[in-house]
Amino acid sequence: MGGLEAGAIDQEAHDYALWERRVDALMMLLSGPRRIMTVDQLRKGIEALPPDAYDSMTYYERWIASLTNALLDAGVLTTEELGARMARVSARGPEAE
Amino acid sequence: MSRFAVGDRVRVHDLWPPTPPAHVRTPHYVRGHVGVVERICGTFGNPEELAFGRRGASYETLYRVRFRQADLWPGYDGPGTDHIEIEIYEFWLSPAGSEPESAG
Amino acid sequence: MSHTHDHEHAQPRPDLDDTMTYYRVMEEAVRSLLIEKGIVTADEVRREVENMDARTPANGAQVVARAWVDSDFRSRLVANPKQAIGEIGHDIGPMHLVVLENTPGVHNVVVCTLCSCYPRWLLGRPPDWYKSRAYRSRVVREPRAVLREFGTEIADDREVRVHDSTADMRYLVLPMRPDGTDGLSQAELAALVGRDSMIGVTEVVPPLRV
Repeated sequence: MGGLEAGAIDQEAHDYALWERRVDALMMLLSGPRRIMTVDQLRKGIEALPPDAYDSMTYYERWIASLTNALLDAGVLTTEELGARMARVSARGPEAE
Repeated sequence: MSRFAVGDRVRVHDLWPPTPPAHVRTPHYVRGHVGVVERICGTFGNPEELAFGRRGASYETLYRVRFRQADLWPGYDGPGTDHIEIEIYEFWLSPAGSEPESAG
Repeated sequence: MSHTHDHEHAQPRPDLDDTMTYYRVMEEAVRSLLIEKGIVTADEVRREVENMDARTPANGAQVVARAWVDSDFRSRLVANPKQAIGEIGHDIGPMHLVVLENTPGVHNVVVCTLCSCYPRWLLGRPPDWYKSRAYRSRVVREPRAVLREFGTEIADDREVRVHDSTADMRYLVLPMRPDGTDGLSQAELAALVGRDSMIGVTEVVPPLRV
């Protein structure tokens, strides 16, 4: 997006939620020692999100969406087990931390 | 063995995509422009292959190339001495010889 | 640790900690499946989170302050950042770091226009604005206007040099030591160095005289 028209820069900061820091950690583990996926795969997957994703999704939402796609592509996860697990997590609500 | 040396004038390819639809690390705003090699960063896995999860498919020399801001942006609002430096892989570059730097 | 400079903590956005959004559900589902499959352990994830939490701009500030008081260190830092930073106890991991020295003739500022590349092994996770569309779009085309929004005015006879972190290198700006800091200790100097000055959107200002 270098050079595109854009407005003022919002300098307000927020700290990341634990789930966001876990997305970050998963990416570091999968791309580093585990060699399950590459950082470039993460980037490619983010670029492949729908055009409005940059505005409608947060930073780590884009990361987990792309990371999950790469794991599905690689056959590390199946759509069936992911769907079933998401339904279970969703029904249960936030986990104890 | 790197193709270019520090100080060489290089032109960034203007093709897009350079290969079938892919992930590339060369921003649009420098494509087709001429700059000068600032340093040779070393050899790194080709990100355009890594994007498909292919580690070690090929290794490429990475350069830092310096461009004059006034060449990149028509009506650039700053002195002519302002520059931008950016990392570009060798396969995105060709020799620019003694063409005027503002070409492109 | 002093937080007199710019790394002030804001509250997490409440919706992200209290409600199960679709992507938060996805994270938990993916993580639990990866743990069950033996690809990662819960302990590794926890340690990775803690390690990244521990990387803060204060680490970079120590590096900068040392370079201000020790010119040999400064030379080593520019020539071989990983080794020099290792000397003062910070491991920058696999990161290929370039140290950009601000001088009376050049002011450096760093961006990643393609994503959000950042020297996270030294400074921690990047601030929100660094990842924003506005910063990434504008700082390459109108750096002086962007710097002005951060309160930084660079004279016309001083070059502004933008560094777009597009590939494998990461960048740390070594700001200029402000005037009027001769009597300060290295720790006092480090307390003056904020995150934004190491990205290059601000300069380090001397402490207020009371």
